[in-house]
Parts: sequence; C-alpha cells; structure tokens
Amino acid sequence: MASQLVVDSHPSDALLRSDRLPHIWCPGCGLGSVMSCYADSVQSLDFPVDDNVVVSGIGCTGRVAGYLYMDSFHTTHGRAIPFALGLKVANPDLHVTVISGDGDLSAIGGNHLIHAARRNIDITVICVNNFNYGMTGGQAGPTTPFGATTSTSPAGNYEQPFNLPHLVATAGAVYVARWTSLHVRQLRDTMREALLKPGFSFVEVLSPCPVGFGKANDLGEGLDEMWFYRRRSIVNHDAALEDVGLSMSEDEPIVLGNFVNRERPLFRPAVSREALQEVLYGAV
Amino acid sequence: MSVIEAQVLTGSHFMNGDTACAEGAMAAGCLFFGGYPITPSTEIAERLARRLPEAGGAYVQMEDELGSITAVIGASSAGARAMTATSGPGFSLMMEAIGLAAMTETPCVIVNVQRGGPSTGLPTLVAQADVMQARWGTHGDIQAIALAPASCQEMFDLTLRAFNLADRFRHPVIILADEAIGHLTERVVIPAASEIPRVRRRLYTAPANGAFEPFRAAEDTLVPPMPLPGLGYRTHVTSLTHDERGYPATDAATHDRLVRRLSAKIANFRHEIIEIEESGLEDAEVAVIAYGSTSRTARRAIALARAEGIRAGIFRPLTLWPFPEDEVRALGERVRSIVVAELNLGQVRGEVERVTNIPVYGANHAGGAIMRPELILESIKEAAHGQPARGRFSPVGRAAAV
Repeated sequence: MASQLVVDSHPSDALLRSDRLPHIWCPGCGLGSVMSCYADSVQSLDFPVDDNVVVSGIGCTGRVAGYLYMDSFHTTHGRAIPFALGLKVANPDLHVTVISGDGDLSAIGGNHLIHAARRNIDITVICVNNFNYGMTGGQAGPTTPFGATTSTSPAGNYEQPFNLPHLVATAGAVYVARWTSLHVRQLRDTMREALLKPGFSFVEVLSPCPVGFGKANDLGEGLDEMWFYRRRSIVNHDAALEDVGLSMSEDEPIVLGNFVNRERPLFRPAVSREALQEVLYGAV
Repeated sequence: MSVIEAQVLTGSHFMNGDTACAEGAMAAGCLFFGGYPITPSTEIAERLARRLPEAGGAYVQMEDELGSITAVIGASSAGARAMTATSGPGFSLMMEAIGLAAMTETPCVIVNVQRGGPSTGLPTLVAQADVMQARWGTHGDIQAIALAPASCQEMFDLTLRAFNLADRFRHPVIILADEAIGHLTERVVIPAASEIPRVRRRLYTAPANGAFEPFRAAEDTLVPPMPLPGLGYRTHVTSLTHDERGYPATDAATHDRLVRRLSAKIANFRHEIIEIEESGLEDAEVAVIAYGSTSRTARRAIALARAEGIRAGIFRPLTLWPFPEDEVRALGERVRSIVVAELNLGQVRGEVERVTNIPVYGANHAGGAIMRPELILESIKEAAHGQPARGRFSPVGRAAAV
C-alpha cells in the first residue's frame, strides 16, 4: 500500500472560500484547474487582490464566483457581462473579470459578449468551454461541435458551432487567447496578461466535462479527455482565426495560442470618483 | 464643493414630464443610466445622455433592456445611484433582473412610461396596464414598490423619492408613469439644492472579521447594511437563495427565512412608502380612485357629478405598490360605493374589491387615449344610483367611442 501524502494547505488557499469546499463539480471536470490558474494569476499581480472583482453568470462555471475568496457576484443567466460593465463604469478603479461558461456567454448572453467586445470596455472575460450545458445535464449549445452527441442532439448535433476566438476578435476584442485546462502554466500566464491588458480581453478555456459531454461522445473519463487535448492540440499564436473552429474529427487539430494582442480606443464612460464618494458619504 | 448639488436645476421651468423625470434623477445624485431607446420614454435617456457626464456620471446605451437593467444593478453594486427608463416591451424584458435586484438587495430605479399593450401595442399612446406586471412580473415572491406620478412636477418629485426609497429599502423601485404624463409639458418647480431630501444608503462599515455576515438584517429595518466591492470585505453576492453570509443554500428553512424577510422589510414599513392624496371626500357618497393621468380627468368627472348633485370625491394613490390596503379599507367604511378609473381593464379595481365590502364600479378603457371625464361620470352615476356593477371584462366597453 502506497504511503499517504497529506497536505494541510493549497497554494490558492488565500483566494478560496475553504468553508464552502468541497465544490459541486464532477470528478474529472476542468473547472478546478481553471479556478486555480485564475487565483494564481490574481496573486501574481502588482495591485491588491481586493481591487479585483469576479462576476459570473449561471451554470457550472457560474459557480466559480462563489468559491473565490474575493468580492464576487453570481448574477442571472447570460448577464454577467452587462453587470460587469455597470461595476466597471461606476467604479473604474475595480479590475473586473467575468468567469462564465460557453452557454452563458455565447448563447443566452451572446449579444452582450459581442457588444462588450465592440465597445472595448476594460474587462476580462474567461470563458470555460465544455461544449455543452453541463449543469442541466449535457444538452447541446452553440459551441457543441457538429455531429457531437448530447442529450438534446441524440442523432448528432446538426448545427454549426461558434468559433469563439474568431467571433470576439471580429467584434473588436483587443486580446484573444485559447488554452485548455491541461495547459495550466500557459493558461495562468495568459490570464495574467489578459488581466493587465487595457480593453476587452477574452480567454477561452477548453475544459473536460466527462459526465455531461465526455460520456455521450465516448471520450472516457476526465483524464482521458485531457489525453485527447494533449494528443490533438497544437500551439499556433499566429493562426488565422477563421480556421480555429473546433470539430470532433480526429484529423483536425485543436489550435491553441495567444492569438490577438492589439490596441483599439477604450470605452470611455466612467463615473467620477469624486461624485461617487459624495453620493455614498456626503460632500467634503 | 458638492458636485451633485451643482447639477440641481433650481427654479421654475416649463418642462416635459420625461425631462422632469431625468432632472429628478439628477437632483437625487443618479450617476449611472443604462438604457435602450423606446417610445415614450426616450426623452429621459436623451436628457441624461447630455446631463450625466456634466455631473461626473455616466450614460451607457446598452444593446437591449436585459443589458440595461443588469448594468444598472452592477453600477449600483459598486455604490452608484443608478436608473433605467423604458416602456412596456422593455419593461417585460427587465422582469428577471428586477428579481435579481430584489434577491441581492441592490437599490435601483426603473421608470416605465406606460404605453398600450400587450406586445408592441400602441407605441406612442397612453395606457396604464402594467400595474400588475410591476407587482407580480418577476418570478418568486417579492414585494414591489411602485409610484404613479400624475404631473410633470411629480415626475420630478417621485423620481427623486424613488431613489431615496431604493436606498432606504435596498430594493428596486418602479416609477409607473404613463405616456400622457411623460409627454405632457407644464410647470415644474425644482427646489434649492440644499432642500433636496437625500436618503443615503446604509453601508457596511464594520471591519470584516471572522463572523462577516453581509446579509444579516439590521434589527430596526430588516435591511442589511451593504458592503461595497473593492474595500476588502470580499463579499459573495448571489442570485441564488443564500444565508446571512451570502453563501448559497438549498434548504427550505433558509429559503423561507430569506423570502419572508425580503417581503417583511417592505410590508412592515409600508407606512413609510404609501402616499395618498384625497380631495372632496369629506361628504362623499362615491369615491373615485384614480392615479396617473386618469386622476386628472377624474377631477373633471367629479366636478360634473357634483354639479348634478352627486357627492363624489377623489382618492389618488401616489403609491400603487405596496397597495394602500389599510387606506382603501378605511375609505370603504366612509363612502357608499367606489369607482376605480384606470386605463386598463380593472387591475387596481381587483385590489379594491379585495379589501372592501362595498360595491366597486370600474371606469375602464384599454388605452390609446386619455380617459374621457364622461366615461368616469357615467360610472359615478351608476354607483350613486345603486345600479349593478358590470364585470371587469365585459367584451364591449362603453369607452369604445373615445
């Protein structure tokens, strides 16, 4: 019998609500890794943790906000981005990050996603893409690959999915990247870069969903899905974004990288610090 | 130097109702407007697009009303007084987020300049048919706070008041205006900046120690003081049912406790919210209940009735929600019958019937034009003569020939 390795702390403990753990995510889910990468990237910043605010929508990824020991808002389905806009405009000193799922951000919240990118508002969006609606039990959504089986596409998905990096870059995002929950070092560094980037930055993270998506598509356990990413991923920072759409075909690579890093005029409306202080605390 | 007070347009103005609403927001210290253009509320957005940046505030034209109301809640979560303005279709889209504001106890003001519905209905024409939607539109049990202005002056006064109620109760407050008032132009007197009453939101100021319970209600008001983000409290705010720590909970006891408190913090303090205006009720046998633009034609109808020897008076709620139950019940003990005049098929009438034991008559029209005094007069006569009251949904209204 192997000897036990017992640790009494985790490197991200300072940013986790340990009194809310264990989390609700399934064995093999990638969200723990994504949350850990985000916590690491926040702790690596030069400004205080308390300047950061996390906003989530609804779904498995939407639960991230509730496990982070930070100011965090768990809002309604699809509306994390406009909520984040309000926070950022009312208090521009806050660094606002949206962490939500592919269905929340690109289906029910798709309109807000493209308009936030168009405005180039200074927020970071981390989109965890598990190719399906996990919380409700594995239904097809706008990122489900063509032909993939889900509980609402039992004969194979006959819709074409979004290519999210291409979508947000076309809409105006100034920073666009994609990694998987396997690529934790790259993901952590990319998140840090995105958090520091002025303007609308977008990080797509492909994440295993063995219970919701993997089982229906014979991808095996979470670890097998990680091998799947390991086997099929290539890194190409200079990839043409119209070509980075995802498919179920073993012949097609999963293209990862830091695709876009450019400058565009920033969204300008902002509440003045002086006016906000006066409303809250009275005139000085 | 006060940046907010510097923006108060003190003086006497000849002003459009929607504009007066925007100026009420400015006087209140509103710093954020998120909106989407929709007739007949657009003048509010247009005015604030120009005025807010002058005061250190921000106007953001959102991609839709779902985004508008949610951005408003986000801005308020950061501490700003925040507002949106819309009409029926946009109001429908905002329903889910009004529940978010109620659940997370985030103050905000939603102005609905009512037009004819359902659906796209009558975009440019008046109605008052969103009264019940304001009360019950979002899912789940919540209390509503809704105010009904009947003049341009009240568009200013009640918008200002709405911000104060929102911060006092940490709750969304709805202005149920109507197109006739929104597009009316008349005299508006804006007081000196120093005379503008402003209720400041009660903030969480204690240090965040081990027992940090940001959703534990204050004993005096049942409203918890609000921690702001960025100050080190590390609050979790969720739309899910939550306990006093703000943590999600799925047990029936916590849910029942939360939902009851969210209701009680308003229902138990409704006397702070409810405003009524009465006139001519001292000797009245028939009381006319009317609000918004319809209260203005009701006054004419009452004058005509008195000229015919019918002693009638008006009971005008400036607050529709919480419904002034005690006041209407007491009214029912003072008069022989009640006429409820409204530009819908009897939404407030149903509430009046619920709390009184005397005959209640409707004077109704589905909207599209302001109420004619003659229509209300007919109902007053029926009431005075003890004729049987018609059902609320009789297929042919007498007002068809407006």
